[in-house]
Amino acid sequence: MAKDNSANSAENLMQAAEYVEKPESQLKEMWETLRQNKAAVVGLVIIALLALIAVTVWISELIGIQILPYDPNYSDMTKSFIWPNAEHWFGTDQLGRDVFSRIIDGTKISLFVGVTAVAISLSIGVLLGSIAGYRGGKTDAFIMRTMDVMLAIPSILLAIAFMAALGKGLDKAVIAIGLVSIPEYARIVRGSILSVKENDYVQAARVIGNGDSRIIFKHILPNIISLIVVRATLGISSAVLDTAALGFLGLGVQPPFAEWGDMLGRARGFIFTAPYTLIFPGIAITITVLAFNLFGDGLRDALDPKSRIK
Amino acid sequence: MNEVLMKVQDLSKYFTIDTDWRGKPVSVLKAVDEVSFAINKGEAFGLVGESGCGKTTLGKILVNLYTPTSGKIFFEGKELSALNKKQRRSYCKDIQMIFQDPYASLNPRMTIGDIIAEPIIINKLLPMSEVEERVIFLLNCVGLARHQRNRFPHEFSGGQRQRVGIARALAVEPKLIVCDEPVSALDVSIQAQVLNLLDDLKEEFKLTYLFIAHGLGVVKHISDRVGVMYLGKLVEIAPKKELYANPLNPYTQALLSAIPVINSEKKERIILKGDVPSPINPPAGCRFSSRCFKEFGPCKLNTPKLKEVSPDHWVACHLF
Amino acid sequence: MLLEVKNLRTEFKLKRGTVRAVDDVSFTIDKGEILAIVGESGSGKSVTSLSLMGLIQKPGGVAGGEILFKSQDLTKLSQKELQQIRGNKISMIFQEPMTSLNPVWRIKDQIMENIMTHMKISKKEALARTVEMLDTVGIPSPAERANDYPHQMSGGMRQRVMTAMALSCEPDLLIADEPTTALDVTIQAQILELLYQMREKFNMAVLLITHDLGVVYEAADRVIVMYCGKIVEEADVKTLFEHPQHPYTVGLLQSIPQIDNESDEHLYMIKGMVPNPLHMPPGCSFSDRCDRCMERCTKEMPELQEINGHKVRCFLYDKAEEGELSAK
Repeated sequence: MAKDNSANSAENLMQAAEYVEKPESQLKEMWETLRQNKAAVVGLVIIALLALIAVTVWISELIGIQILPYDPNYSDMTKSFIWPNAEHWFGTDQLGRDVFSRIIDGTKISLFVGVTAVAISLSIGVLLGSIAGYRGGKTDAFIMRTMDVMLAIPSILLAIAFMAALGKGLDKAVIAIGLVSIPEYARIVRGSILSVKENDYVQAARVIGNGDSRIIFKHILPNIISLIVVRATLGISSAVLDTAALGFLGLGVQPPFAEWGDMLGRARGFIFTAPYTLIFPGIAITITVLAFNLFGDGLRDALDPKSRIK
Repeated sequence: MNEVLMKVQDLSKYFTIDTDWRGKPVSVLKAVDEVSFAINKGEAFGLVGESGCGKTTLGKILVNLYTPTSGKIFFEGKELSALNKKQRRSYCKDIQMIFQDPYASLNPRMTIGDIIAEPIIINKLLPMSEVEERVIFLLNCVGLARHQRNRFPHEFSGGQRQRVGIARALAVEPKLIVCDEPVSALDVSIQAQVLNLLDDLKEEFKLTYLFIAHGLGVVKHISDRVGVMYLGKLVEIAPKKELYANPLNPYTQALLSAIPVINSEKKERIILKGDVPSPINPPAGCRFSSRCFKEFGPCKLNTPKLKEVSPDHWVACHLF
Repeated sequence: MLLEVKNLRTEFKLKRGTVRAVDDVSFTIDKGEILAIVGESGSGKSVTSLSLMGLIQKPGGVAGGEILFKSQDLTKLSQKELQQIRGNKISMIFQEPMTSLNPVWRIKDQIMENIMTHMKISKKEALARTVEMLDTVGIPSPAERANDYPHQMSGGMRQRVMTAMALSCEPDLLIADEPTTALDVTIQAQILELLYQMREKFNMAVLLITHDLGVVYEAADRVIVMYCGKIVEEADVKTLFEHPQHPYTVGLLQSIPQIDNESDEHLYMIKGMVPNPLHMPPGCSFSDRCDRCMERCTKEMPELQEINGHKVRCFLYDKAEEGELSAK
């Protein structure tokens, strides 16, 4: 108890020292804090690299230049199961396709899936959460109980159920993954809206004549955007993981296109004879997920003004 | 001077604390309970009382943040519930509020200029081309400078933020401003600055104030008439000189005697026994009867009504 | 002399520079005396009291000076030794009675824990003492209320419990940091009355930290006025309120709306605001807000000097210029 008090007064003092003139903008200060977090920087660098790879591969495919050492989808049975060597860095798989090329090519799909799935769940989740939190009462109860039911079912099972209804394919997998994680966003948004809603400035906004939607979009959401951004960053990593899981089960991308989870799934029979066909896609998934998690954690700290002071 | 701007009749606001399984309320907090008073045009009406007495709830009902459970509000002679949508909008514009906590009442993501411009824009008071000029004018009115327009609230001290809150309230040219403890979160030297500013603005913009506070000194300084609240009830209303010189309700007497006064002989204090009872289960009869030092026969049985005991001096007490 | 603080300095090392929250503060408290420290936010009054208790946390710390409690320098003690004194010889009550009690413990457990860490007595005796203390601070039916949880009590009751806990080991010094700020006026009167009675009963000294000059006038024997980490004026209550000398004290007293004031005139106001602790004005830290600021004030910091037991830090009362001043 005593400690709280001293922390408080020290904090007041520091705030006093900070107010009057603040030379740095909030964004700049956030960036400073983020930069000091080494893990987050590593995460950011990896994400940037992955994005660069994905974009380059995509553009080269569009204009028809092959920059990968081999065509990732070209199979040559005579060259199956070559162990990693100077020619095939990560070896070749059961159909003689170059694993390195396939992994690089798969980056595109993984990132696309991650970002799109999060965009779907984010937009629907934020909307539902805002309505539930702002309206309260029966609307709130109805929306949130539906979300609770969704949360009660294991997400991968739910995604499979969605895919059973929608059919196979990458696009459907993205939608399924997006739908499955709606409740997480709805919950976070609802919770923060409930607390922000009680703030005096929201009441003040109502007194000067703001309508409901303007209050939500202008006065409430901008104040919880940081929470949503952090959650979305972490959400991308779980979407990548979910795609991999669906791919592993054979429900995601259809052959011959390269997707890490799908590669893992198809190679699982050769775990003892050609372990490299599993190891490298596995590492790719791990690195991507880890990068987003590290960056997301760093972002959360950077956006929280309290941890920024410390 | 004595033209009534706002009249409140038997206004009540109950909050349901707990319901049974059918949704029927089982415990109810009577935050404001059958309160009646009138505010004259151009005056500052002070409302004092301890925490939980319902003064802030009352203020929030008047600015339409809460819907009253029962009772009537008349503004410029018109009853509020009889207004159509358009008239209601103009009513809302005419009554503004200044909030207690300057740290919580400004949106941290908006510049102070945008905060002040917002009410002008959404109420379409001025063409967009003139908004900026008006914002600068308002900033100057409250003692802030043009170059501070694009700063964010966190760059300001508590006193300056409160000035921004005042400018925002002024932006729509209201007739009545509900000041909800506007200085209690500020330092002493800053309090005087803000109080003087409120005084000046009242003259300049011909404003009427409902000034809510727990500090009796502050209320006395700014108000013309003062109402005292206790547990959701108005217990005394009088012109300030009369109230401070001749308080009639024992609660007002105790409240006045509890304030430390500088440079006077240390006076005999009325120290009240016990705490303010919970408004969820207030004492029967007079709400103050559990702590009153003059409590007698009827106090625990009947709730006293506000009576005019001398011109303009109203008291709710069985002694009168 | 119970407590003697000599040249205390407490600093906070921030990214943008060092803030000297308490700057060269010296004062003494005698047995049974109530000393008040008044000041606005940022004046360093709370940091002073936390420094006495050794409760300043990183990035802050006591950077210099001595705190002599019964001739023992507290700044030289280890945390463990301090713990022996804290809550025992020196105890503290805080502003927020809502957050200062642990919500998941019963009242009696919290007080008993404090008693048993500092006194070698049995659980039974500790309980008896707890009930006795609750009775002393005026809690009705103390034996039953001791079983309550903090949330079952009102703010005033909790402040009484805090006081009971602070007094349970019969401290020599009680530090009361804004003990009545969070309370209503009628409850504030009760708590001040209680402090008074306890002082009489236990003959303890009280260091009262507050921003409310009314409370100071009612409760204290002697007053220290702080501004920006420095003592600007010190005198006994009567002298200070009747003949305030420092322009800051004078301004503060005039700017309070008094209930016995009949005029409708504007309040006196001190212009401007407390400077940013990282950008103090050169010279006297009050110079940028002072109505009587002279050229000298913007260049040097005046010393705290004593004239007949009344200490002031202001060039208006500089001994060298005294003749000139009285000539005016």
